[in-house]
Amino acid sequence: MLLHSILFYLFSAIMLGAAMGVVLSRNPVHSVMFLVLTFFQSAILWLLIEAEFLAIVLVLVYVGAVLVLFLFVVMMLDVNIEAAKRSVARFAPLGIGIALLMVVQLVQLIWLRSRPAGITSGFATSPEGYSNTKALGAVLYTEHVYAFEIAAVILLLAIVAAITLTLRKRPGLKVQNIAEQVAVRAKDRLRVIKMDAEKKT
Amino acid sequence: MGDVVPQFIVNTVDWILGIFYLLPEWLQYLTITTWKILFVLIGVILCVAFSTYFERKVIGRMQARIGPNRVGPLGLGQPFADVFKLLFKEVIIPAKSNRFLFIIAPMLSLVPALAAWAVIPLNDWYVIADINAGLLFLLALTSVGVYGVILAGWASNSKYALLGAMRSAAQIVAYEIAMGFALVGVLMASGSLNLGDIVNAQSGGFSHWFLVPLFPLFVVFWIAGLAETNRAPFDVAEGESEIVAGFHVEYSGVAFVLFFLAEYANMVLISTMTAIFFLGGWASPFEGWTFLNDITWLAWLTAGGLYWLFVKMCAFMYIFFWLRATFPRYRYDQIMRLGWKVFIPVTIFWIAVEGAMAWFHIGPWSGLGV
Repeated sequence: MLLHSILFYLFSAIMLGAAMGVVLSRNPVHSVMFLVLTFFQSAILWLLIEAEFLAIVLVLVYVGAVLVLFLFVVMMLDVNIEAAKRSVARFAPLGIGIALLMVVQLVQLIWLRSRPAGITSGFATSPEGYSNTKALGAVLYTEHVYAFEIAAVILLLAIVAAITLTLRKRPGLKVQNIAEQVAVRAKDRLRVIKMDAEKKT
Repeated sequence: MGDVVPQFIVNTVDWILGIFYLLPEWLQYLTITTWKILFVLIGVILCVAFSTYFERKVIGRMQARIGPNRVGPLGLGQPFADVFKLLFKEVIIPAKSNRFLFIIAPMLSLVPALAAWAVIPLNDWYVIADINAGLLFLLALTSVGVYGVILAGWASNSKYALLGAMRSAAQIVAYEIAMGFALVGVLMASGSLNLGDIVNAQSGGFSHWFLVPLFPLFVVFWIAGLAETNRAPFDVAEGESEIVAGFHVEYSGVAFVLFFLAEYANMVLISTMTAIFFLGGWASPFEGWTFLNDITWLAWLTAGGLYWLFVKMCAFMYIFFWLRATFPRYRYDQIMRLGWKVFIPVTIFWIAVEGAMAWFHIGPWSGLGV
């Protein structure tokens, strides 16, 4: 249990440091890499409470796909750090307000609620052979199936909306007809001419 | 025992075992796991080293050449000669590059390729970490490998490298989805995310392999794997005729070796994954042919083991090289079209077919209790 606590505080410390790095680093690519580190650390924290499905899916979805696209965009954009810094100063009161609100909520959730129940030692360990992938699937596709499907439809809507917003019909756009390209045969493009040998002049 | 093995060896082994049993339990576990990791690591690195030799021989023969034949017998020393040459070369770091990211990028591409071996079962008992979510772990790690490529391209501060990184990132993100969907089919058929259980679900000879009922998914998975490893004909990320060497243009010496190692380690990994998911992993193709058991010197054919996995892995490595020698490079827009408009619909369709088959109790997974 001691080792468990040490690991928890170690990884939390790295996570908080990385999260600070996301905000404070001057280079946007460094920020994204700090965000990757933050996600990895939170995945490890989830592994410590035996939520291995959530941990791996966090790495798979956020680190493996979302942040790759982030990096992609950040590398292409020329972000003006100084302008961004100025706007940070302007929005600081709002940011601090939201942060305080979140702290209050967390304290309320963790400290005040757990005290009467007398919970001190975290979650109960799950029995041998317990697969939380299966447990999650069983709940997700039975009890919460409507919420799950609505979330899926919202995501689909977002995809369609994003594509429609960026799709422009430009005049003179050249589009390749793949079926036509594949259907081409050698005789359509190539003509073999038979002719007699010419005399050397 | 004493007259076959010299007494001092027996004594030494006893002495080492004595020390081992004196250790606390967690240290014993740590020792065993470390040795297991070391064996797998050395095995993978040797596979990588000799697959470079294998590739040059195969492509050489296909192009009516002999291939490397100077270093050692049959040229078998060639990989080591190459490695030593590269190790002694100078690592040049471009002046205006981002130094830290430039150095860390090759490591970021190699580590996931090696870490993935933690969950791969080499035979029915040898697996470093027998975890329940093994398949997800593999998917997560193969998707993390792209960071090395992107960072290398960006940090070297070179246009060619950046172009290569962009191409590779778009390609890997596109094919990862098809790969994940193909694996959804595998986990539907096996009913488990544990790789050992997936292999066990395919036991009973080659007609029980997932290759048969999931053939379209197998094709999609294999080609997506080809694209994920940036190998020909999907090697636009390094297309030497267009952008010199793509993302690793600026790398030399050891840093280049790491990229090279990562690419080949990924190829070995994808080959092994295909063997495990679709060809029954370490299971024998002749399982259940009892007449083979009667002949003593053929009994190994029906038993499962590491050698079957190795043979299947080598077969897929050969296909990697064969495709490289056969096909010209894909055009970039066609790569994207293949990934998004062909593979993803094919996998989704086949998942639906599989669901219908499971519902109507057709096929090998009728007993899953759907």
